[in-house]
Amino acid sequence: MNPSPAGLPYDLAPAEERDYFARLGPGLVMVLPPRPPGPSGWGAGGPPHGGAWIHLGEDGRARAFTGKVEVGQGTRTALSLLVAEELALPLAAVELTMGDTDVSPWDMGTFGSRSMLDVGEHLRATAAALGDLLRELAAPALGRPVSELELANGEVRARGEARGPSVRYGTLARGLRRIATVPATVHPRGPAEWQRAGRPTSNLGAIEVVTGARQYASDLRLPGMLHGRILFPPAYGARLRRIDLDRARALPGVTVVREGDFVAVAAPDPLLAGRALRALAAEWATEPQPSELEIVEYLRRHPAEGEDFWDVVHYTVGDVESALARAPVSLRATYTTAYIAHVPMETHAALASWEGERLTVWVGTQTPFRARESVADALGVRPADVRVVVPPTGSGFGGKHAHDLAIGAARLARAAGRPVRIVFTREEEFSHAYFRPMAVVEIRSGAELDGRLTAWQLHDLNAGSAAARGPYRVPNQRVENQPAESPLPQGSYRALAATANTFARESHMDELAARVGADPVEYRLRHLEDERLAAVLRAVAERVGWRPRAVPSGPAAPPALGRGVAVGLEKGGRVATCAEVAVDEARRLEVRRIVTGFECGAIVHPANLRSQVEGGTVMALGGALFEAVHFAGGRILNPKLSEYRVPRFRDVPPIEVLLVDRRDLPSEGAGETPLIAVAPAVANAIFDATGRRLRTLPLAPDGAVP
Amino acid sequence: MPVRESTDARRATPPLRVNGVDHPIDLARERSLLFVLREELGLTGTKYGCGEGECGACTVLVDGVAVRSCTTSVAEAVGRSVTTVEGLSHGEMLHPVQRAFVEAGAFQCGFCIPGMIVAAVALLNRNPHPGVDEIRAVMNGNICRCGGYLRIVEAIRSVGGPARTESEAPR
Ligand code: FES
Ligand code: FES
Repeated sequence: MNPSPAGLPYDLAPAEERDYFARLGPGLVMVLPPRPPGPSGWGAGGPPHGGAWIHLGEDGRARAFTGKVEVGQGTRTALSLLVAEELALPLAAVELTMGDTDVSPWDMGTFGSRSMLDVGEHLRATAAALGDLLRELAAPALGRPVSELELANGEVRARGEARGPSVRYGTLARGLRRIATVPATVHPRGPAEWQRAGRPTSNLGAIEVVTGARQYASDLRLPGMLHGRILFPPAYGARLRRIDLDRARALPGVTVVREGDFVAVAAPDPLLAGRALRALAAEWATEPQPSELEIVEYLRRHPAEGEDFWDVVHYTVGDVESALARAPVSLRATYTTAYIAHVPMETHAALASWEGERLTVWVGTQTPFRARESVADALGVRPADVRVVVPPTGSGFGGKHAHDLAIGAARLARAAGRPVRIVFTREEEFSHAYFRPMAVVEIRSGAELDGRLTAWQLHDLNAGSAAARGPYRVPNQRVENQPAESPLPQGSYRALAATANTFARESHMDELAARVGADPVEYRLRHLEDERLAAVLRAVAERVGWRPRAVPSGPAAPPALGRGVAVGLEKGGRVATCAEVAVDEARRLEVRRIVTGFECGAIVHPANLRSQVEGGTVMALGGALFEAVHFAGGRILNPKLSEYRVPRFRDVPPIEVLLVDRRDLPSEGAGETPLIAVAPAVANAIFDATGRRLRTLPLAPDGAVP
Repeated sequence: MPVRESTDARRATPPLRVNGVDHPIDLARERSLLFVLREELGLTGTKYGCGEGECGACTVLVDGVAVRSCTTSVAEAVGRSVTTVEGLSHGEMLHPVQRAFVEAGAFQCGFCIPGMIVAAVALLNRNPHPGVDEIRAVMNGNICRCGGYLRIVEAIRSVGGPARTESEAPR
């Protein structure tokens, strides 16, 4: 918890005015200029970003900065590895500051699996430029031209002369206060030359994790800190009608804040804060809210404009209507997915502290710079006077973008004149964060008698556009999505729309294959446009020993066994999943094996990638099999872990991960795409086993095939 | 505030022994062992995940037995010996289970891990060589939302024996 610097946050000041050297000591700083957002919000040539910077100090260590955050996806280690690689430093000599708005480059947020693709490239380029600068500085001392020098283990030396004269980075940086800019062309090492990246490494910070020393946002405390609670309405859409603050205020040491409908309390002790919250005699005016039973109709009747985090797609090629009319084989089906909850193991937490006019908020968020804006806005202060720091966060999964908590803590801290921490209870987390949107996806398709697809129409209601366009060759297509006004708060979620759209598409492909008597693997390969994806599917089929079949295997004598596949291409990653299931006489479903093949370009951190794919598969199994938020009258009916089931040890089958390393291709993200083919693979396996086609997620809410 | 009573209660109550250190405990207020560990003793390695005994993030040892500290009243724990994750390592010396978790890379966000490790220590104290089915059954009350279950099973299996290769996927 460093004190705030005197100057402006780095992203709000020109490079020359940043207090790099006062803060980090003398040395070199290499700065990659930002790419500002264009008029459409998108920068020229890619998403807007705040650039990158790396400091190299007299101690020879590199300190790199990014606005991305670590929520368990392992990017801290992967990004540090890339810097270590370019600078030929041991991993331990690289420090990476993530998500601190005072010193990190501006960043739009950690979502959409962009950390590796964007920031990975920025840091590589910046580190490579810094490496070039070090060689330039070393040339006179070593009496050799720059082109003959190389970096090795924290030293510059003549290429290939391991025993020749060398000079340490720290020596080169001594006494300097030099800021340089990354030139227009710089040549980071290609993955083929990687020495450190792309090899087995354990994640940074492992010792702190296993000893319990790692401090998450909910573990932080400051002297004199109070504990805050926010008063939430009993149901969505409820408005505060009357409230009595006096009884709560009368409790010892309790602060109560009210601004419009926002009411919160803070007390020296969490138990007392709970009492103060209950002492607020609030009366609410509620409005009728739709229940789960009528939700599909409700969403259909309540279309909405698009929202910023899911673009709207309207893609048309050829003439779908007439192709559908002409097709000898046609199929139409609707697929739905339930609202599900993120359930991060660490609930939302924020700690706010004022020093005079300046506010610091430590908060587990995936969007620290947006949090800074929202907090500044709500508190009526300049963004430059707000510092948001993201401590280690007990997972996010897309669920930690909301900033109410940071704002609440800041308001309470201002009123109380003391630091205030708010940590959600699990029930608050379930009811007052937001959910993965429910999706209603309708597909109409047409094919020739031999199975060749001629027409494809996909309409996604409420989930979003990701992966709505499939990887298959179809001459006539219409793909569109329609946002809706959701009665439940909804927002981003790890692979949210891609999961819904892939479930629909891959289930439908299976239905078509069965209809035309084609083998599900062969049928997909026949239509796949993307050779990389086809390669991944072939690899998975080979691993499981796929036996081609034209009709479903089951139902045979129980337990019926079945196998299904599904593929997906999303966020640059290619995934194919095969699931094996058994269904017994009582229709109880058991997933017996999952094999997932995944390719996302060059692999930077193999062990972490493997655990991302395994973990993603486990998470996807929850949504595929049993996770669902139940609601009625604007209330969540299962806001507890005893009532909302998430995958546990015994739910997890053996998971085999096949990683395809393409060192010739850029590294793409991997935190989301590995999830998307799991649900359809399981649904297709159930169909294979039983002949029953399930088009609703979760597939087996009570453990049995409905 | 019943100040007098609490002073009396404190005098009458045996201390709470945590990681070998005795702490006087005021029992006048009803609260959970988790609350006392985190808020009063500052031992934040033990985590809050649900408050209803469903997730295992708050697992500690009480006289060597794994318990959910969120549903255990501090009054039940006084006079006994509590071990939290902080009490397993000694300086640089990690407990073998902690070392196994590091080596297996058995964590992502890490939030569930202290509870997992403590639960695993209790399991291994009872049975040094549990099979995969026993591990899954005993650990089923501990949730890892990051889905690290296979790695965790692997880590527990590797304690006191070589880690198996990946192709023998744990079942
Ligand atoms: S916090 Fe105790 S079991 Fe979840
Ligand atoms: S590692 Fe994140 S919950 Fe287990």
